[in-house]
Amino acid sequence: MSELSQTQSPDRVLGRSIGRMAWERFRKNPRGMVGLCFILLMLALAFFSPLLANRQPIICKYQGAWYFPGVVDVIHNIPFASLVILKSPPFSRATFNAAQDLSPEEFAIWPLVPYGPKETSGRTLAPPCREHWLGTDQNGRDVLARMIYGCIVSIQVGIISMGIATLIGVILGAVAGFWGGWIDILISRFIEIVQCFPTFFLILAILAWLEPSIVNVMVVIGLTSWTSIARYTRGEFIRLLGQEYVLATRALGCHPERIMFKHILPNAIAPVLVTVTFGIAAAILSEAGLSWLGFGVQQPDPSWGNILRDAYDHLRSAPHLVYPPCIAIFLAVLSYNLVGDALRDAIDPRISRET
Amino acid sequence: MLTYALRRILIAVPTLFGITLVSFFMITLAPGDPASMQADQIQDTRMSIRVYEQLREYYGLDQPLPVRYWEWLKRLVTLDFGQSMTPDSRKVTAKIAERLPATLSLALLSLVLGFALAIPIGILSGARRNGWFDTLSSTVLYALYAIPSYVMAIPLILWFSIKWDLLPFQGMRSDHFEQLSPLAQAGDLASHFILITFCFTYGALAYQSRFVRQNLLEVFQQDYIVTARAKGVSESTVVLKHAFRNTLIPLVTLFGLSLPQILGGSVILEVMFNWPGIGRLFFESILQRDYPTIMALSFITAVLVLLGTLLADLAYGLVDPRVRYE
Repeated sequence: MSELSQTQSPDRVLGRSIGRMAWERFRKNPRGMVGLCFILLMLALAFFSPLLANRQPIICKYQGAWYFPGVVDVIHNIPFASLVILKSPPFSRATFNAAQDLSPEEFAIWPLVPYGPKETSGRTLAPPCREHWLGTDQNGRDVLARMIYGCIVSIQVGIISMGIATLIGVILGAVAGFWGGWIDILISRFIEIVQCFPTFFLILAILAWLEPSIVNVMVVIGLTSWTSIARYTRGEFIRLLGQEYVLATRALGCHPERIMFKHILPNAIAPVLVTVTFGIAAAILSEAGLSWLGFGVQQPDPSWGNILRDAYDHLRSAPHLVYPPCIAIFLAVLSYNLVGDALRDAIDPRISRET
Repeated sequence: MLTYALRRILIAVPTLFGITLVSFFMITLAPGDPASMQADQIQDTRMSIRVYEQLREYYGLDQPLPVRYWEWLKRLVTLDFGQSMTPDSRKVTAKIAERLPATLSLALLSLVLGFALAIPIGILSGARRNGWFDTLSSTVLYALYAIPSYVMAIPLILWFSIKWDLLPFQGMRSDHFEQLSPLAQAGDLASHFILITFCFTYGALAYQSRFVRQNLLEVFQQDYIVTARAKGVSESTVVLKHAFRNTLIPLVTLFGLSLPQILGGSVILEVMFNWPGIGRLFFESILQRDYPTIMALSFITAVLVLLGTLLADLAYGLVDPRVRYE
């Protein structure tokens, strides 16, 4: 027993997993941590958006009873929660205008931005002022409120489209790498063919035939950006197939699917994760570009891409509209790229940071 | 070399066939066709159905898919992409040829400019690794690289074209282009190129100069560099004559691989700058559901990408004989 522990690395003796070791290295990377913090901030903004920008108060007293309209909106961000917890009248009615109908004497906690993302007002293209911190757009909608709700789209695009891409890429790459032979040739050719088409061309060509909606955009981005994930997974599988522990599982008579997904995949997933992180940045960029072109999120729903479009259409009359979406897209893309870089360094310490 | 080249070209043949399959079926299998789009504009339902049937027959959409694919393939061999399915029914080849110069000149200009800047930056930062120039250039270029090109374009348009009114940003030439003297015409054209060329070029700059630097550092590890230094060759000769020449090999591949990024990334920028190029044509054809043009453009770009990688591989094999024996 003592002989065994001598041959093992000190990390193993301390009982630290690979994930934990990677996290400890990641934590020492300031740029990666800044990126991660910004992503977490975006997540929080997206989830708690109804508490930050809403035309209804977070908590209020109305005709003697307590209401929590903002809190209910947050709960509705959880999938299927809107089926269980319903908003009570009068706040559930679209015509109910809380800002006018609530009496000022009664208790109410209002969000930081007392406007919804689709709420119009008479003040169009107003520059930043006290009531509208980032100004208003051509329909008199508060830009800050729209920016906050735009976070939701960017987060969703990252998760859903890359979820689809990872699923396709990992399965195809695993099958090609594991089985080899003509299956590998077939899949590798297919990857090569899809890679010949510029991704943005592919996305546009498929989207052209679908109803313009954000769900379609996310699915199509996912369906077209799996190629590099598949290539990395395949490479990792081929590398790991030569390892002794895989041979041991074969000798034990493990089922091929079990070897593939239980034994090889967990060891192959780390480099794939780096590709996925960079993929999220690219997906956010594609979504914003598509929304700018008019294929993505449709008005009046907000997305950073269509806020940028509004800005582009009113460059002369309202130059202040340009900066918020540009900065937001830049920071989102940058932070995913920083996290990707840091993750790559953390997972594979052999690649030194400065070469 | 010949066997290597032949083998590499033979591998590309099934890929080429796959490209024709994807270009054709991705677009024809989708619901909604140009005939129904044009017929929908007619209010009277009975009329619109009759027009729809006629249009389908006119465009050949009533044929079964394999027949249509075969017909398309047959015309493809003679580089005939058929007629566009928009009401003007122009030839697709003419449509593309008209837009090609704008995109090609832009792509070439930004490629040449990119390499002209990236090579000196890469050499300077590689020669004095972690020196002040290395740190400065990598920081600035990383920051630039992180800014997506169309996100950069809009503030640039705002400042340079609208606030300071220095540069135009719509199209390739001004409205009064015809009345200008030849010299003024050249100036007008150049001023239209500045902003869009910058947006096309700066992103790849970080990547390209990093690539030069990385390769230079790898070459520095080689024995012959140590030998050159040991025999007292000056540092500039070592860098420029001994080291840099050998970094040219991987640069050849980078040249071929840069092509797809420039072609694919052009849609948004071309629409933004109202540039009469391929990217905007693709966008317009998509809005009009013009099958033949979309198929032709997808096919052509995919083939160009394939050619780019093929040329990169062949060039690599030509300059570095070790590759052929792998």
